[in-house]
Amino acid sequence: MGAVHIRNLRKVYRREAQQVPVLDGLSIDIAEGDFVALMGPSGSGKTTLLNLIGGIDQPTSGEVVVSGTDIGRMKGGKLAKWRSRNIGFIFQLYNLIPVLTAFENVELPLLLTKLSKKERREHVMASLGVVGLTDRIDHYPRQLSGGQEQRVAIARAIVSDPALLLADEPTGDLDAKSAQEILTLLQRLNKEFKKTIVMVTHDPHAAERASRLVHLDKGVLEATPATAAAAR
Amino acid sequence: MAIPFSYNLRNLVVRRTSTMAAALGIGLVVAVFVLVLALAKGFAFAVQSTGLETNAIVLRKGSNAEITSGIEREIAESIAVRPEIAKDESGAAMVVAEVVTLVVLPRNDGADVNVTVRGTAGDRVLGIRTNVRLAAGRMFKPGLREIVVGRSISDRIRNLGLGDAVVFSRQDWKIVGIIESGGTGFESEIWGDAAGVQDAFRRTGVFSSMTFRLTDPTRLAALRTELESDPKYQVTLKTEAQYYADQAGSLSALIGILGTLITVIMAVGAVFGAMNTMYAAVGARAREVATLRALGFRRRAVLGSFLLESTVLSAIGGAFGCLLSLPIDGITTGTMNWDTFSELSFAFRITPQILGTGFVFAIAMGVVGGFLPAVRAARVPITQGLRQI
Repeated sequence: MGAVHIRNLRKVYRREAQQVPVLDGLSIDIAEGDFVALMGPSGSGKTTLLNLIGGIDQPTSGEVVVSGTDIGRMKGGKLAKWRSRNIGFIFQLYNLIPVLTAFENVELPLLLTKLSKKERREHVMASLGVVGLTDRIDHYPRQLSGGQEQRVAIARAIVSDPALLLADEPTGDLDAKSAQEILTLLQRLNKEFKKTIVMVTHDPHAAERASRLVHLDKGVLEATPATAAAAR
Repeated sequence: MAIPFSYNLRNLVVRRTSTMAAALGIGLVVAVFVLVLALAKGFAFAVQSTGLETNAIVLRKGSNAEITSGIEREIAESIAVRPEIAKDESGAAMVVAEVVTLVVLPRNDGADVNVTVRGTAGDRVLGIRTNVRLAAGRMFKPGLREIVVGRSISDRIRNLGLGDAVVFSRQDWKIVGIIESGGTGFESEIWGDAAGVQDAFRRTGVFSSMTFRLTDPTRLAALRTELESDPKYQVTLKTEAQYYADQAGSLSALIGILGTLITVIMAVGAVFGAMNTMYAAVGARAREVATLRALGFRRRAVLGSFLLESTVLSAIGGAFGCLLSLPIDGITTGTMNWDTFSELSFAFRITPQILGTGFVFAIAMGVVGGFLPAVRAARVPITQGLRQI
């Protein structure tokens, strides 16, 4: 079984008396080491799918197996613990904690482990080294550029060494140059560090960096053509 | 694992204006609460510490206060020779038969108040009431219309300084001495010679009470049984300490009840203030909370984190309130003692225990005010929180 195995996934939101189906019987497999770009129009269910893979939302029905664990029926503290060990999240707006320094932000996931302070420091510095920001450890998010903030967020996502990174429009709030840097970094994490990456994006140029492109429309998969990057 | 404390602390600093506003609200409530407790404590101290365990007081049966008591001279004389009464170095019985009455005098602020006048024995009273001392001047002499006045009342009532003369019962009384007793009720009294006071107030032949030093305080119970069961005496007997403790009870309790009521009403306001601040904090940080939970922090870690933040907020308020109340410590005020119908001066007494109580009260307000917002923070679905801009 690959990194992600999804079968007959349905997600229906309740809006007052109405039921709004977002994902409708979706099935997909994502292999370990894949770099998947999820594209589709607004409201197509991309972010919902990402959230379900990341265990921050619950499916209405269907099977969601991630890294060998069926998380579809996991709840509460057990699911939180699973997330902390298996998933690295990268958000469009970086979602750094503004009152914590870059170092402290990256350290956050490690507070959920049994690592000593010294070990945590080593891990944080290694992660910030990967994203090239060891000279910014004492900076607060407001003292960083957008690109730097996203790199800190990526360092936070990889610090506990999860196999799967989920990126929700990671370049959506960045200028073109910073966006390229972030995409290059994601590609490096995929190729060099063997991270499986699922990236939601509206940007076709960003999607080209992925090894596989998945189109979603109205909660249904359209096709999964190989991308230019995969072809290379 | 808990969310780091620095996260909460720095958030309080970042939101310093709303933090200070909420802390100020809690601080003011704590200050009022501490002052109420200090007021009740000061009043209770003034009254309770007036009496000594080694002394006994005799009142008419059924009387709770000297002002409503009356003991015939013959009864007083027969009690005065009891063997349970200690004798001084000269062999004289350490007993005073006293007459207590009230005069109306103007306070410094112009208001008329009742002041206790105690007719006693100038040559013996300080030997029996060892908690009272002559601070200035000399003791009054019998037959000369002389009086000594308590320090508190001297400071609070017009023309009651050493050397002044005061008029009551249409007679001039010269103040020849100032007495002090560490802030007890005696500092709110005027003392003169018993015969002179009896004569001035037409109370000849009747005393209000008798106070005497016991040879052995453990013999009080037996003496009480004997005197109270003998129909000839028609008196009641208790230690002087118990007598004043009983007096403190009603008003001290009333101050406590009224003060607590006011404090509770204010506390409700402060709790809502803290709640509002914490709701605002939760609302503004929904995305942060969702991010923390996405990273793997549990609901209870979020709940604990916001409760801790609210508690720190209230601790700041509590410390501020305690500091705010400190300058009031020792300031003298006065009130009508409803048992004696006379003005009683006493000082606010802020003790470490009262400050501790005030601080705990602040923490309680923080926990109560922070609980619902903390629950809300913990319950916001991650996906909903992440959508917040």
